[in-house]
Amino acid sequence: MKIHIKNGRVIDPAMGIDRIADVYVARGRIVAVDQAPQGFETNGSVDATGCIVCPGLVDLAVRLREPGYEYRATLESEMAAAAASGVTSLACPPDTDPPLDEPGLVEMLKHRARNPKFAHVYPVGALTLKLAGQRLTEMAELAEAGCIAFGQANTAIVDTQVLARAMQYAATFGFPVWLQAQDPFLAKHGVAHDGEVATRLGLAGIPVAAETIALATILQLARETGAQVHLTRISSAAGLEMIAAARRSGIFATCDVAIHHLHLCDHDIGNFSPHARLDPPLRSQSDREALRHGLADGTINALCSDHTPVDDDAKQMPFGEAEPGATGIELLLPLTLKWAVEMKLPLPQALARITCDPARILGIEAGSLAVGMPADICVFDPHASFRVTRESLKSQGKNTPFLGMELQGKVRCTLIDGHLAHDGSWA
Amino acid sequence: MRNLQLNSHGELQHLLTIEGLSREMLIAILDAAAPFTEVAEREVKKLPLLRGKSVFNLFFEPSTRTRTTFEIAAKRLSADVINLNIDASSTSKGETLLDTVDNLAAMQADMFVVRHGSSGAPHLIAEHLLATGSDHIHVVNAGDGRHAHPTQGLLDMYTIRNYKKDFTGLTVAIVGDILHSRVARSQIHALTTLGVPEVRVIGPKTLLPTSVERLGVRVFHDMREGLRGVDVVMMLRLQNERMQGALLPSPQEFFKSYGLTLEKLALAKPDAIVMHPGPMNRGIEIDSAVADGPHAVILPQVTFGIAVRMAVMSMLAGG
Repeated sequence: MKIHIKNGRVIDPAMGIDRIADVYVARGRIVAVDQAPQGFETNGSVDATGCIVCPGLVDLAVRLREPGYEYRATLESEMAAAAASGVTSLACPPDTDPPLDEPGLVEMLKHRARNPKFAHVYPVGALTLKLAGQRLTEMAELAEAGCIAFGQANTAIVDTQVLARAMQYAATFGFPVWLQAQDPFLAKHGVAHDGEVATRLGLAGIPVAAETIALATILQLARETGAQVHLTRISSAAGLEMIAAARRSGIFATCDVAIHHLHLCDHDIGNFSPHARLDPPLRSQSDREALRHGLADGTINALCSDHTPVDDDAKQMPFGEAEPGATGIELLLPLTLKWAVEMKLPLPQALARITCDPARILGIEAGSLAVGMPADICVFDPHASFRVTRESLKSQGKNTPFLGMELQGKVRCTLIDGHLAHDGSWA
Repeated sequence: MRNLQLNSHGELQHLLTIEGLSREMLIAILDAAAPFTEVAEREVKKLPLLRGKSVFNLFFEPSTRTRTTFEIAAKRLSADVINLNIDASSTSKGETLLDTVDNLAAMQADMFVVRHGSSGAPHLIAEHLLATGSDHIHVVNAGDGRHAHPTQGLLDMYTIRNYKKDFTGLTVAIVGDILHSRVARSQIHALTTLGVPEVRVIGPKTLLPTSVERLGVRVFHDMREGLRGVDVVMMLRLQNERMQGALLPSPQEFFKSYGLTLEKLALAKPDAIVMHPGPMNRGIEIDSAVADGPHAVILPQVTFGIAVRMAVMSMLAGG
């Protein structure tokens, strides 16, 4: 299959490209930008006039809900959502049921995901058995089965000795360790950021110290063990400052933030909206400002959707009882663009946070339009607007605090390994 | 976005929280309650205002006092009252909160009086009724989690007005476990809305919520200092379960620092009144000598509570 993508504004943050150009694809790879290679005969062309052509998006946190939670989402539903969102590579956290703690489960997931129209799936294996924080998983076996990193999803390892050993063991083989920094004791029973809003609404709070104390532990152990640490879903200004300080002192740690924490704060809980029940909690306005700037200046390495489809029954509950999480993969690009516009950032800088930067964290061959790279490409119209409604979402999860919002940025087509995975050019 | 508690004419549709209601609205409720206090003194204690209406008491959390006073209030207004005590077991049978609400709505309910352990549950119900076109059913919050207990807040205001007449020159202290108290939150909103110039909260740091001063109150940790010159002392109940764990070392130590004794009460104004939402823990938050003494207005609070609940119910569903 040879494809010619014509006349689009090609933005490749990795290569520093931002100009109107043509992109040529053959045998699943990018074969040329600007000039067609000699003898290139196209089987199909995409007219990208007025659109942006960029590397397919890389999302660091997409819950596919398989195995175990098929009533919330299936691989089919979420992969259709991914393709329609321009996402061509995604990492999925291990909090399935059972968790991704043995090679068979990972192999099955990889096998189920083998479809030319499906995004590349990179499972994050469980760091401990059943995510229980007691015994290590067979990381080498899991890595062979396809895990690119090891983590605990949203659960903490309470026993710091186990945490230290898990990090040591992972470091032995050079496996990255992905951890969410939240002290389980300080967060106990908490459902919202411990601040004025929680006080007013009578919601049990999770203090910022739950994040900073866990960060202090993880960062110290990263120094001791030499583990390559990625901190997921940073939520506070104080946490961000600690990561920046740790890097200055030579500790190697990357981090990401979710789209929700970039755009919302605890005030968006409004009248107990369960859609704003998230983990970690939405924090204060000043925390949000720090996250928005931290992502812009690169202190935060990547932006992710933290995609968590939840069924209505588990969401339509009083705030504190509602299941945390929001569906998000389809909002990753529009909310990146919104952030870029509001922060007056150049588009290449913004797109880097959802393409080459997360690809680097995953250590995968993706996130660039350089000749020879896999032809994972997203073509989108940055000005086309749409309203976020239950009907407009392809994901089986309809739970998002952005319902009813008007957003800009519609994906026209998505190529995965040179296959047209989504063609919404007439939509 | 429209205030969920008001209908399109700006009238009270539900009573979910005192926060956001106008001073005029609160005064109107207090004014409406006054005639109902006289009904209680009649031989026939019934009025026909809610005749033919069905009031469902939905209590997802055990309560005797609040449920009883709501029941008496509804019955004195001639409503049919159905009490449902829904414990955790029915949730384990798989019926969700909103399923229960749908079923009762199908039984032509006119009013839900809701007590729930989770903050925001009555809001969820009111929003659901709006979404399903059943918003002719009124919701009265009878206490949700730590969030609000608006009829308690209103009956406390009625009590204060009864003894102090004017709110605008008062200093009021709320003492004890503010953190877990829906009563305290409703009291604070009511007092600040009614123009009380100084509302104080008194308690140890473990029992005060983060940024509580943002609600418009002055924070005191020393009870003696906090009680100096106050007109009204509002004590809160210290739940038994708070005495375990790390919030407090012991009930005795709590009493020593934050229990209301005659000696501490002497720091307040000579005509200060002492209130308590009940049930009291004598010897833990309040000394019997105070509870049974001349400053206490704890039993009148209970009597006024019925009148205030009658006023709220008749304003909502009395046509």
